[in-house]
Amino acid sequence: MRYSLAGLIANAATGNRRWKPLWREPEPKASYDVVFVGGGGHGLATAHYLAKEHGITKVAVVEKSYLGSGNVGRNTTIVRSNYMLPGNVPFYEWSMKLWEGLERDLNYNTMVSQRGVLNVFHSDPQRDAYARRGNAMRLHGVDSELLDREQVRAIVPFVDFDNARFPVRGGLLQRRGGTVRHDAVAWGYARAADRRGVDIIQNCAATGFRIEGGCIFGVETEKGFIAANKVALACAGNSSRVATMAGLRLPIESHSVQAFVTEGVKPVIDVVMTFGAGHFYVSQSDKGGLVFGGDIEGYNSYAQRGNLPVIEDVCEGGMALMPVIGRLRILRSWGGLLDMTMDGSPIIDRTPIDGLYLNAGWCYGGFKATPASGWCFAHLIATNEPHPLAAAYRLDRFAAGRVIDEKGMGAQPNLH
Amino acid sequence: MRITCPYCGERSLEEFTYRGDATVRRPDTLEPGAAEAWVDYVYRRDNPAGLHKEHWHHSAGCHAWLVVTRNMSTHEIVAVEFAKPGAAE
Repeated sequence: MRYSLAGLIANAATGNRRWKPLWREPEPKASYDVVFVGGGGHGLATAHYLAKEHGITKVAVVEKSYLGSGNVGRNTTIVRSNYMLPGNVPFYEWSMKLWEGLERDLNYNTMVSQRGVLNVFHSDPQRDAYARRGNAMRLHGVDSELLDREQVRAIVPFVDFDNARFPVRGGLLQRRGGTVRHDAVAWGYARAADRRGVDIIQNCAATGFRIEGGCIFGVETEKGFIAANKVALACAGNSSRVATMAGLRLPIESHSVQAFVTEGVKPVIDVVMTFGAGHFYVSQSDKGGLVFGGDIEGYNSYAQRGNLPVIEDVCEGGMALMPVIGRLRILRSWGGLLDMTMDGSPIIDRTPIDGLYLNAGWCYGGFKATPASGWCFAHLIATNEPHPLAAAYRLDRFAAGRVIDEKGMGAQPNLH
Repeated sequence: MRITCPYCGERSLEEFTYRGDATVRRPDTLEPGAAEAWVDYVYRRDNPAGLHKEHWHHSAGCHAWLVVTRNMSTHEIVAVEFAKPGAAE
């Protein structure tokens, strides 16, 4: 069912009883051309682009839980392409361009809101660093503006500009950045892939791989064996656990990061804003809650929840930047499960096993990359060659010394 | 999460600093195949979803290095020992 204004009116006139589910719930077939392990944003996006751009539709996506249960439904919905390194900027900018056309591509309202991403800075050296980042972006054709204090004040007047320790001196603004409704991204890609014939199999965990002579032959799942000559892992958070079943040891640790939402209030902040002197970022959802987050927990975890010291740390960052937030009550907090690579950058590559492809290591920045990750991973699976935009995201870059250290992120950046 | 330090007793997480996997050993650079062993040591991880032996430093307490055995899926701490044998004496 294609969504349109005529369809909306027709359904409204008939009491909204004729809407169809967004995707089928098929049983797995005995074999496919490609099987995805992981039905998160990246797996679903890849299945969509594989079908649409490469015509490969005999595809299954197996997901251990329900769609949207993992990181695609747990992130803070921010999209941006304010990167600096050559291996990163063109990739994330392509992602931004795909976000800009996503709703037309998917025929689905993903609520793309280009409200701007504002990174404030607090000192002269930090201004230099942000100016350099902004210049690197513009050299790659990405929009960025260096704002002075008064220009920042015009956007976020409630910020504590004269904070004794962290006075705000200005900011770097990417106007094309913003937020996208995260669940809708999962649902929209799932619906689009399903309409092209992709089987999405929920509540069906992969339990092993059939590998003989260094080649993959299929995936063992809770619903039986599924044969495929190409198997693609897109299960960030659990990449190590799944890859271990194929005998791979990855340069990844699983960590937890928390996010928070306050009670709903009237519109107060109409951009995404980040604190430059600690790890705190905030935006306001359409329901009015302030959605904010900060650092990872700092110890390995698969628990999808965090502890109180980080909550305190994040809230202190919020109070230093915008004391008005202190009047709000936190409604909910939750945790996401992250693949932290050792350099803070992702992996989209072949593996030593023929036919087994890896999409992993998104650290705490995977959501914004969803479209480009799907685009490039689909290219890799279809052609067996890396897409030029993702050529730097090699699995062997750690051994080769070609790490991509965007800003000292990684599992243990040792910045503190 | 609270960690029971063998010296100080049960203390808040904020007093401890995480180091990572306590089962790996720094490779000997003079051994054959040392380059690959170093890549393994520096970059690759077992990253199990169950019990994990890991180093924690009681940095805001007694400064002891501890080996904590923790379930990564539940955060349940099964055992806490001194990293250095004989440190209890």
